[in-house]
Amino acid sequence: MDKFETLTGVAAPLPMINIDTDMIIPKQFLKTIKRTGLGKSLFFEMRYDDAGKEIPGFVLNKPAYRQAQILVAGANFGCGSSREHAPWSILDFGIRCVIAPSFADIFYNNCFKNGILPIRLPQETCDKLMKAASNGANAAFTADLKGQEITTPDGEKVAFEVDSFRKHCLLNGLDDIGLTLAKKTKIEAYESARKTAQPWV
Amino acid sequence: MTAPRTLFDKIWDSHLVDRQEDGTCLIYIDRHLVHEVTSPQAFEGLALSGRKMHRPGQTLAVADHNVPTTDRSQGIADPESRTQVETLEANGKAFGVRVFSMSDVRQGVVHIVGPEQGFTLPGMTIVCGDSHTSTHGAFGSLAFGIGTSEVEHVLATQTLVQAHAKNMLVRIDGKLPEGATAKDIVLKIVATLGTAGGTGYVIEYAGGAIRDLSMEGRMTICNMSIEAGARAGLIASDETTFAYVKGRPMAPAAADWDKAVAYWKTLSTDAGAHFDATVVIDAATIVPQVTWGTSPEDVVAIDGCVPDPKKAADEGKAKAMQRSLDYMGLTAGQPMEEVKIDRIFIGSCTNGRIEDLRAAASVAKGRTVAATVKAMVVPGSGLVKKQAEEEGLDKIFREAGFEWREPGCSMCLAMNADKLEPGERCASTSNRNFEGRQGRGGRTHLVSPEIAAASAITGHLTDVRKLLA
Ligand code: SF4
Repeated sequence: MDKFETLTGVAAPLPMINIDTDMIIPKQFLKTIKRTGLGKSLFFEMRYDDAGKEIPGFVLNKPAYRQAQILVAGANFGCGSSREHAPWSILDFGIRCVIAPSFADIFYNNCFKNGILPIRLPQETCDKLMKAASNGANAAFTADLKGQEITTPDGEKVAFEVDSFRKHCLLNGLDDIGLTLAKKTKIEAYESARKTAQPWV
Repeated sequence: MTAPRTLFDKIWDSHLVDRQEDGTCLIYIDRHLVHEVTSPQAFEGLALSGRKMHRPGQTLAVADHNVPTTDRSQGIADPESRTQVETLEANGKAFGVRVFSMSDVRQGVVHIVGPEQGFTLPGMTIVCGDSHTSTHGAFGSLAFGIGTSEVEHVLATQTLVQAHAKNMLVRIDGKLPEGATAKDIVLKIVATLGTAGGTGYVIEYAGGAIRDLSMEGRMTICNMSIEAGARAGLIASDETTFAYVKGRPMAPAAADWDKAVAYWKTLSTDAGAHFDATVVIDAATIVPQVTWGTSPEDVVAIDGCVPDPKKAADEGKAKAMQRSLDYMGLTAGQPMEEVKIDRIFIGSCTNGRIEDLRAAASVAKGRTVAATVKAMVVPGSGLVKKQAEEEGLDKIFREAGFEWREPGCSMCLAMNADKLEPGERCASTSNRNFEGRQGRGGRTHLVSPEIAAASAITGHLTDVRKLLA
């Protein structure tokens, strides 16, 4: 997993609530057995018409936002399925930070496992950031994980919360599995105790 | 004396392997279900890092999302789907994981197979790379969906790094009125909480109306916990649970059985335990329901009307509602029962169990599917199909004009060939009505098996109570 320290990039506004995982990446793209290559299909239904042509009005098709690295969205982002194809497609497009008033649990977890920083902020703050992101061309935001702070194009600073362990892993690009395997003796001790108490498990 | 604890807290505490100073917990995972869509990258990751599976015997794999529901003797036509299913079987072999292959009578939707086999047991932690893993909570186990990275984590360590969720109690007091089902209860719950209302919570369902439900009904309720945004949903085990589990192939037997039941009986919420949120619904107010929009919270009574966006709480909501109505091709104020239906889907991990098929068959019996409707019944598993055929349900459906299919997820998510055409409208017993869920441009109304069957007969959304009156 790539480290996440500070990210400076264009933020794309997507002012819709309940953006579900089917909207992020529809199921026809779940048939892959790879993690990569999904970026071109991100937001497929909103991004392309029936003939497969880009819909010019969709934010990521607009010249100002084609290189967006941050996404500002409405509440309950990522609801629906557990598919990790959702964060994979976001990452593959080049977005590494999503800002919203709230996220669905599984999606939120999945982001951290893939080096994406999801930031929860109050509705009013998100509204302000949405407005700033909508200003168009090359309005760059900075997301600083270490300082837990977003800087808007006008230089305004917004603090955000993040779980300290997740922050630590993301900052250092740590792989969860490696960390857990270091606790192998604890796992095995747990297993042998369970085996006596609940042999059917 | 320890402080009174909730059922969720008890399961959590008994699975705690490690707790870091910052509160991050490592919890043990007893059972892991795997399907073909969310697992290939996890097995690949394991192989690439040269890691082994920690305890392969705790994992059970079955292909369900991509499998055809028509004749399977020729294999899978779609090359990508075929690759996924073959990859699952190959990974099973390589890592020593049991796989129920497509030709196995035990194959079916992963959340139907687990309980059916006794793989799912009370008091356990159960995960799967699938959000509807919450289904297994019906057994009083902590069951939740995980992403593919977490699937890999479980394969390698049999544990997960988790933060403790909050406790919510949803109590359905009293008795359900005639014609209302478990599906109607859960649609009502989702409508009450909203799709994000359960975010960060594990919901415990309790109350008389929940106790009265069969295991099938309880699974329908827990299944859709995720539609309310909850991490998991659970129902304390009781005699109904034990009777269902007893004698299943993977359930404990002999002396272990008695020991297990004695333990399971300790697994209920203590009097006075703290819930961070409590919602109480009077069962008597729950009528047969239907969704009108593109979010599972968009619920009205089947004899009600399409709601008006102008009456929405705020502008964002109004906009979302209007977008839904445009997509669904509906207008505010239109009676739901006048909405014409093109397709019927009876199946999925929400309503693809034997009891659901019996309920639908009892409505279909001696009646005929409307000429304008294409209706399909997809049993949740090979064993459900077998039992239904032994009971003659397949005959009832076929004679009424329903298609009788092979088991799988099918048109619940339309990853295989079963899908809606753009603009087609479907009454479906599944759990999601998102845009394009059942096929690009397809329009989904979520309903109970009874309403789905009734709507197949009349050709429009139908209050089953009127048909049976
Ligand atoms: S039946 Fe539907 S909801 Fe259930 S596992 Fe399959 S696709 Fe998911």
